[in-house]
Amino acid sequence: MSMEQPGFFKDRVLPIITVILAILAIWHVFVVVLNAPFERDQAARAGTPITFMEILPRTFVQERPVLPAPQQIVVELWDTTIDKAITSKRSLVYHTWITLSATLLGFAIGTVLGILLAIGIVHNKAMDRSLMPWVIASQTIPILAVAPMIIVVLNSIGISGLLPKALISTYLSFFPIVVGMVKGLRSPEQIYLDLMHTYNASSAQTFWKLRWPASMPYLFTSLKVAIAISLVGAIVGELPTGAVAGLGARLLSGSYYGQTVQIWAALFMAAGLAAVLVTIVGIAHASVLKRMGVRP
Amino acid sequence: MPISNETVVRATGLGLTFQTNDGPVNALTGVDLDVRKGDFVSFIGPSGCGKTTFLRVIADLEQPTSGSISVNGMSPEEARKARAYGYVFQAAALYPWRTIEKNIALPLEIMGFSADEKKKRIERTLDLVNLTGFGKKFPWQLSGGMQQRASIARALAFDADLLLMDEPFGALDEIVRDHLNEQLLKLWARTNKTICFVTHSIPEAVYLSTKIVVMSPRPGRVTDIIESTLPAERPLGIRETPEFLAIAHRVREGLRAGHSYDE
Repeated sequence: MSMEQPGFFKDRVLPIITVILAILAIWHVFVVVLNAPFERDQAARAGTPITFMEILPRTFVQERPVLPAPQQIVVELWDTTIDKAITSKRSLVYHTWITLSATLLGFAIGTVLGILLAIGIVHNKAMDRSLMPWVIASQTIPILAVAPMIIVVLNSIGISGLLPKALISTYLSFFPIVVGMVKGLRSPEQIYLDLMHTYNASSAQTFWKLRWPASMPYLFTSLKVAIAISLVGAIVGELPTGAVAGLGARLLSGSYYGQTVQIWAALFMAAGLAAVLVTIVGIAHASVLKRMGVRP
Repeated sequence: MPISNETVVRATGLGLTFQTNDGPVNALTGVDLDVRKGDFVSFIGPSGCGKTTFLRVIADLEQPTSGSISVNGMSPEEARKARAYGYVFQAAALYPWRTIEKNIALPLEIMGFSADEKKKRIERTLDLVNLTGFGKKFPWQLSGGMQQRASIARALAFDADLLLMDEPFGALDEIVRDHLNEQLLKLWARTNKTICFVTHSIPEAVYLSTKIVVMSPRPGRVTDIIESTLPAERPLGIRETPEFLAIAHRVREGLRAGHSYDE
């Protein structure tokens, strides 16, 4: 380990820190540049001359900055997570949970749907020809256009709340699963299929003993993409609902009232959540492949 | 090795024509052949002579377009469904996510053997191919020769009397190959199986076989069938004897007659 520590720091930690520092530096410059005009306007309106050195500190503490300073966002995150009861409507944890539940439900439905479609496409020529073009076409329609229609249509038949948002997540997440699993289920080489044929294996046996295990690396790669866009789908699904609850609602209400700090805090929360979800899928991926004896 | 007169594989006027985009290709034409129980038959010839195709016809992996073929007195499809043969491919084709013993268990699982029976058969076949103690390893942890032995164990596990081997040692180096040839002969003597063996090595064919089928390309056909006069007991040194060299010479003549050496 002692031999590895310097390498680990130099190869893994140092590049990340460098990038973060660079981003923070650029960010601070933009905070000043973007927020300064407001201070100048205020000063001009009051008729008092103002120097740049006087403007500088004020650009970091505006209530509704064009671009909030990083520390403002951190404070907002702290206030709305640690300092608020989780049950409070003003707690970001509460809103995150609303979005997360829709994300997970939509992801689960999308995964099952995607796998079932892939199985159908691989085993049935007619499904392959008829379904695949529609699967691809479904993704060329912008989700922002479809989302309100799904919400409105489902609302009119009495379905509201979690499910409509989850279905938008499903709409996005089933696609990478279908594409990945069709490729994965078709990945066994002819020699493996011939072998199954010589054993007179049924197609169910060929599926469970060959196609399914062979598709695992493809499945997990797809799942990583799917969980991330499920989150996007859930957030997009919250926008047309009138911004009641969820990270999407925080983004929308923040933009209604010019609460840029609130918008950025919600964005950071969403990004953090995506990172956590993708990491969880990544850990599951690694542990399944390890159980399957993949060369380390 | 006692050889009975019972016929395992009988082909009469067998032909197979593939329809390709460049027109029909005659992979096999007018093949007449009998393989008797207990035979070790080698098929030798250059690429494109149809030796692998013939093996695949026996295994019901290809359908002949003319003539007839029977395996154990049945059609190849019936024989396949009766699990009459074990097939060893050129590549080991072990499932990378299964350990060696799980790979051997694969046909047993498909054929519905009990857990007890599976365990016994895994142990026995691992011993037959000298891989005892390697059951828990994954394929990538084994050398190429060991992987191929594991795939032979898998083909032996369900006790089919007929073993079809398609250039099983073609991808291995010569030293490993000599060793495996010797082991294969011992295994054949111990198990009393009928073996059809595709190769393009003349020494390998002569060393292993009781019967050598020489084939030639365009169209794939049989040019000579040689009954080996070598004794059943064959140490590796037998390959230096005049008798061995005489048979090898006749194989080479058969290949030349089939224009196998033409450019």
